[in-house]
Amino acid sequence: MLRGDLEGEDLEKYVEERVVTTTFEKMLNLARANSIFPLTFGLACCAIEAPIAIVTARYDLARFGAEALRASPRQADLIILSGRVSIKMAPVVRRLYDQMLEPKWAISMGACSSSGGMFANYAVVQGADKFMPIDMHIPGCPPRPEAVMYGFNKLQRKIIGSPDQGWRQRYNAAGTEEWARGGPASKPSVEAAEAYELARELTLA
Amino acid sequence: MAEPRFPQSMIDEDAALPTVASLYDELDEDRTTEVMTINIGPHHPATHGVLRLVVDLEGEIVRDLKPVIGYVHTGIEKSCEDKSYWKVIPFVERMDYVSFFFQMEAYCGAVERLIGLEILPRAKYLRTIMLELNRIHSHLVWLGTTALDLGAISMLWYCFRERDRILDLFEMATGQRMHTRYFQVGGVIEDIPVGWEEKCRSFVHDMPIRVGQYEALLDRNEVFLQRTKGVGIVSRERLLELGVTGPLLRAAGEPWDLRKAFDYLAYPEMDFNIPVGTVGDNYDRYRVRLAEMVESTKIIGQALDALPGGPFIADDRKYVLPPRSELSTSMESLIHHFKLVTEGYRVDPGEIYYAIEGPRGELGCFVLADGSSKPARVHFRDPSFVNLQAFKDMAMDSYVADMICSLGMLDPILGGVDR
Amino acid sequence: MPDGPGLELLRGEIEVDASGAVLATSFEKERAVLIVDAARVLDVLAWLRDTPGQGYRFLSSLHVADYLPAEPRFGVHYELLNRDRVERLRVKAMLPSESPEIDSAVDLFPTANFQEREAYDFFGVVFRGHPELTRILLPEDYVGWPQRRDFPVGGEPVTFTYSEKRYG
Repeated sequence: MLRGDLEGEDLEKYVEERVVTTTFEKMLNLARANSIFPLTFGLACCAIEAPIAIVTARYDLARFGAEALRASPRQADLIILSGRVSIKMAPVVRRLYDQMLEPKWAISMGACSSSGGMFANYAVVQGADKFMPIDMHIPGCPPRPEAVMYGFNKLQRKIIGSPDQGWRQRYNAAGTEEWARGGPASKPSVEAAEAYELARELTLA
Repeated sequence: MAEPRFPQSMIDEDAALPTVASLYDELDEDRTTEVMTINIGPHHPATHGVLRLVVDLEGEIVRDLKPVIGYVHTGIEKSCEDKSYWKVIPFVERMDYVSFFFQMEAYCGAVERLIGLEILPRAKYLRTIMLELNRIHSHLVWLGTTALDLGAISMLWYCFRERDRILDLFEMATGQRMHTRYFQVGGVIEDIPVGWEEKCRSFVHDMPIRVGQYEALLDRNEVFLQRTKGVGIVSRERLLELGVTGPLLRAAGEPWDLRKAFDYLAYPEMDFNIPVGTVGDNYDRYRVRLAEMVESTKIIGQALDALPGGPFIADDRKYVLPPRSELSTSMESLIHHFKLVTEGYRVDPGEIYYAIEGPRGELGCFVLADGSSKPARVHFRDPSFVNLQAFKDMAMDSYVADMICSLGMLDPILGGVDR
Repeated sequence: MPDGPGLELLRGEIEVDASGAVLATSFEKERAVLIVDAARVLDVLAWLRDTPGQGYRFLSSLHVADYLPAEPRFGVHYELLNRDRVERLRVKAMLPSESPEIDSAVDLFPTANFQEREAYDFFGVVFRGHPELTRILLPEDYVGWPQRRDFPVGGEPVTFTYSEKRYG
């Protein structure tokens, strides 16, 4: 096409059909979500299901772009805490998480790293939430690889910026999120805090 | 002990150092040796689990090795003291997390011997089938991850394809892929469904062909042979002193297998061989485990052929839950059910140690009962924990790369080591 | 497992070489147990290992159990295995509550190395003569002997959102 072929409205329509405008942020998030580099990190039983089983051929994690598992935390984006975190291992995990570069995410896979699991005793940290921020919890003991993939997809949607509301959407409980310690969103906005208070009053009344 | 590769330290302390080093000598007078202590793990792509090794290296040669463990210590033995006998079963199966049926068998067998409860033939055969399937599963996970460590990356994909077939069998029978809590005191929790036997038979038919394919990939691969032949040799007497059992001991030439030595479950009626190595190097360990996979398929085939009918769990209502269909008709069954589920059964005071042959060696369970409904002490003699003591012998005076290969062939599972 | 009469014969033979070491025998659930004096346990183990007719050269397991209300409180169990005759024998030594100490069996059975460290880690039983008796499974600076019966299991109660407001 040459200059002058289309004029005025035809040109506008032509351009509109072929160009997408978005924010740089959204594009970057899309790129981040679809090319996550997980860290090869396995603690206990869940480690056999992930990271080992989900990269194998049947439950292929590579189709979501996460094929390149990196051994060094400096090169990884995502740490999947697969297994129980014992008190001796907790500082090591925290150090690994600190060594990862921003932006980074953490998935706590299985019951043991989400909440201590069945091991309510002196030797297991009752949930990795106690010492590091976690973005996604996946229940199960061990969770099926499909469940881990579902959690991974949910994390991808969260990274893109449209997190799954889940039950909050079904039950109209939009303002009841609690924010983790630290991070840019740890102080809720005024409206959100009020909505949270209101929702709590409603449930407790 | 066999000939180590570099028995003498090659550091010549009296030699005149070249000019660059002599510059540093002026700055630091006490620097005379070149031994470097490095820390491998607990997070490292090549350790099978969270094992930390503190290694003294002279160049690339390992001079001293200290394993530091405890990074996945879960206090399972302490938790078990707080739970009734029935509830302990899901705890103990999460110790050594690739051979979960073996821990269940060790614990349930120990409690059955404490109580004096005889399990029925069908339960024995079902347990044997599940144990041998789990043995193949454990060896497949070992082969996939160890070959991955050595660089044969495709093996991981092939081994885990087979592993997924085994997990499909487990899921079909019990509802859960791993950690199935299938064994109960008295037998198994439910019978195998219709169609399971055909699926299992087709798996058993395919597995030796697959093992042949794995051998075709690795057996004559020059890199694999160079890395494993003659590496990590520990003599038989030293292994016995260190308490090592399982494929490691058998690779060194000692035909010791608890399945043949002691009669438990359906093994006395099965016809199978025990593969035994000759030299005791890493290549022998690899061959022994591959051959064990084929032997396990033979056992499963025979057990499926000879599977007797009948009930799958003992009838003694004092220790075994009654079937749910009875609960609506019989008052006694309801009372038994209630008592078993809330408090659990009481076991008379006594103690017992019962050991079976796990995929890594002798897996023993010690149960101390004090008359209440909770065990007073449950202790597992885990084979990986004891086998780890042989690691220093395997890796001393050889290269770091050989140490990684030996670690793979040692097959430690840190869940069992740390409990 | 040596049966009941065999066990008594065994005790008689040990009495000849190491008199006074075996305090009692027990044969229950088809397992033979020799209860020995804690100070003489190495004599008994060496006798069982080296005497030509016996040959219990394989130590399957070394573990400790806490029999709390009973005194002496700690029982150190040595599970011995004779691989030629395929027989198991348990040797039990009881230790008192204050300063439980016993000689280390590492020189006789090198396999006891990690297992004695684990017993020390969990119960506080000191093995005299062990080359490196430090904590093995718990962090080095951990205080307390977790596996003792009077040590609490630990963990924390699960908190639900409503119960915090309602029950404080």
